Amino acid sequence: MTQDVREDALSVELRHKLRRFELDVRFALGRETLALVGPSGAGKTSVLRAIAGLLRPDSGRIVLGDLVLVDSHRHVRLPPEDRAVGMVFQDGALFPHLTVAKNVAYGLRPRPRGRRDRDQRVTALLERFGIASLAKARPVEISGGERQRTALARAVGRSPRVLLLDEPLSALDSVTKAQVSRELSRWLGELRLPTILVSHDYGDVVGLADRVLVIDEGRLIQDGTVDDLVRAPASPFVAAFTGGNYFAGEAQAGAGGVTEVRLEPAGLAATTARAHGKIGVAVDPWAIALVPGGPGEGEAARPNTLTGPVVQIARQGGSVRVSVGSVPPLTAEIPAERVAALGLERGTLVTARWAPGAVRLVPLSGEKSRTDSPTDASVASADAGGGAAEA
Amino acid sequence: MIRRLQRGAAAAITVIAAAVLVVFIGLPLLAVFLRVPAGTMVDQLHSQIARDALRVSIKTSLVALAFIVLVGTPVAHLLGTKRFPGRNVITTILELPLVLPPAVAGIALFAAFGRMGLLGTQLHALHIRLPFTWIAVVMAQAFVAMPFFVRQAIAGFGSVDQHYVGASRTLGAGPTRSFFRIEVPLAGKSLTAGATLAWARALGEFGATALFAGMLPGVTQTLPLAIYSEFSATNFDSALAMSALLVAVSFVILIVTKILLQWRAV
Repeated sequence: MTQDVREDALSVELRHKLRRFELDVRFALGRETLALVGPSGAGKTSVLRAIAGLLRPDSGRIVLGDLVLVDSHRHVRLPPEDRAVGMVFQDGALFPHLTVAKNVAYGLRPRPRGRRDRDQRVTALLERFGIASLAKARPVEISGGERQRTALARAVGRSPRVLLLDEPLSALDSVTKAQVSRELSRWLGELRLPTILVSHDYGDVVGLADRVLVIDEGRLIQDGTVDDLVRAPASPFVAAFTGGNYFAGEAQAGAGGVTEVRLEPAGLAATTARAHGKIGVAVDPWAIALVPGGPGEGEAARPNTLTGPVVQIARQGGSVRVSVGSVPPLTAEIPAERVAALGLERGTLVTARWAPGAVRLVPLSGEKSRTDSPTDASVASADAGGGAAEA
Repeated sequence: MIRRLQRGAAAAITVIAAAVLVVFIGLPLLAVFLRVPAGTMVDQLHSQIARDALRVSIKTSLVALAFIVLVGTPVAHLLGTKRFPGRNVITTILELPLVLPPAVAGIALFAAFGRMGLLGTQLHALHIRLPFTWIAVVMAQAFVAMPFFVRQAIAGFGSVDQHYVGASRTLGAGPTRSFFRIEVPLAGKSLTAGATLAWARALGEFGATALFAGMLPGVTQTLPLAIYSEFSATNFDSALAMSALLVAVSFVILIVTKILLQWRAV
């Protein structure tokens, strides 16, 4: 089982010129769900389309188990129909002129032996994905969630060796999204197929992905679990993406070995980590404490403190995300009962505080920050600088 | 006050213009049916010349339609779904018969396929004689009617979301299967509408046919040519009867096309 997971079911290496930048990625996955996340237009969908055979990469090599899908050096390029790839498109791409049952029957593999066999297998698939009652409906007559289930049933009916899901949740309303996400999680667990899930929304992949690849402007900038991304974002983009707080600033050595970061446009952060020059500061929302009222006497200039009115209070299960309209703005995540205890509501003036240990320094992508001692930040920023120079 | 008068005048002009147009187009069409009693008209359609012309017209226009659809569909698919250098040139050439006078089309066909034409020697060597045969009628009809189908078909294939084709391919269907099972059904309305219009144009073809195929009764004399011939021979009733038939057929074709095009997506 463990070996099964380690074995690379799909390995991808491709370069392709897109309009604004070159897509240049290399990764592999086993029987796991890999989320490919990044901002819109980062090249995520192009990666999926190249694997599916709908986009011809300028160069690269894509291998699925023992099957070479693409090898530009040997001029190998299997047509999409021979790739055993199950793709679920963003809007489902259900054939509008066919019923749900006929959509699912369209790609059945192995090919059905006669009508009876086909009907039985289609019915089994429809039941498995909870859409048996929709068999005779047309795609326009069913809801977004039902469309995604049909699209998944259709892709699974093809007996794929890899599953590619292109933004499967993004077209759904938030209630449906949560439901489909739970179902998807269960089905992906049952199918145990190598799966690539593309999303521009971090929330969509939490709970679905075993591993997350972050792509930005055609390049992979981080590969890790959801926890890794939150704990050690490889770039400001990743920090912002995971819903953390990210501030830009300029670091300089303060008194007693402390690094002070002057935040833009105001505020001050302090940490024991060392850095110099332009740098990013990440602070976990749950590491921030809120106190009603403005800063105390002489506290305004204290580091790791920001003051502003409560802008939004969003409950998420047992905790509450409180957006504070400070300069720069931040988000704190505090237990639900604290909100009541503190009497927080929209407009309440609060002061946010966090410990120096909660401050993590993040390199600015594309800019070299001069660091006095070799920290993680300096190494990563050198990488980012090199990458930008190449691009 | 002046403004209100102006607005009133504008409305009046519009109404008058509309009335003039409807009468101008509608009256002659109505006259075709009203000049001669219905009974006489039906009798006239039983004449030898009318029956021959109807037979030639149906045969040639259907063969022309089959040729147009068979050849036009793959070309329209290419032009509607792919962008490549020379695409606009090809499209323009295919659309040219739309604006070309039919007589010019007839002369052009003669210049290419006639005895003294560009391919005359080669065709003669193969013992193929095209002018003044029913094949020539088909060629003349296909030449002028082709753009009516191709234009609609290009628009139809162009409006099929290529996502569906991609989905079909990933589901194991090759390009041919995807074409017949996805693209043709989704472009179906445009294809049918285009085919109907092309058929109507082929049925009504006169100028190119007259020049390239002549007016041999029972061989190349189609309904429009028979109408002209009867009119020249002052057999006015016969000409009117055949005209009435063509008006009726054209009317039905137009209605069918409109219904097809107005059907919203499934």
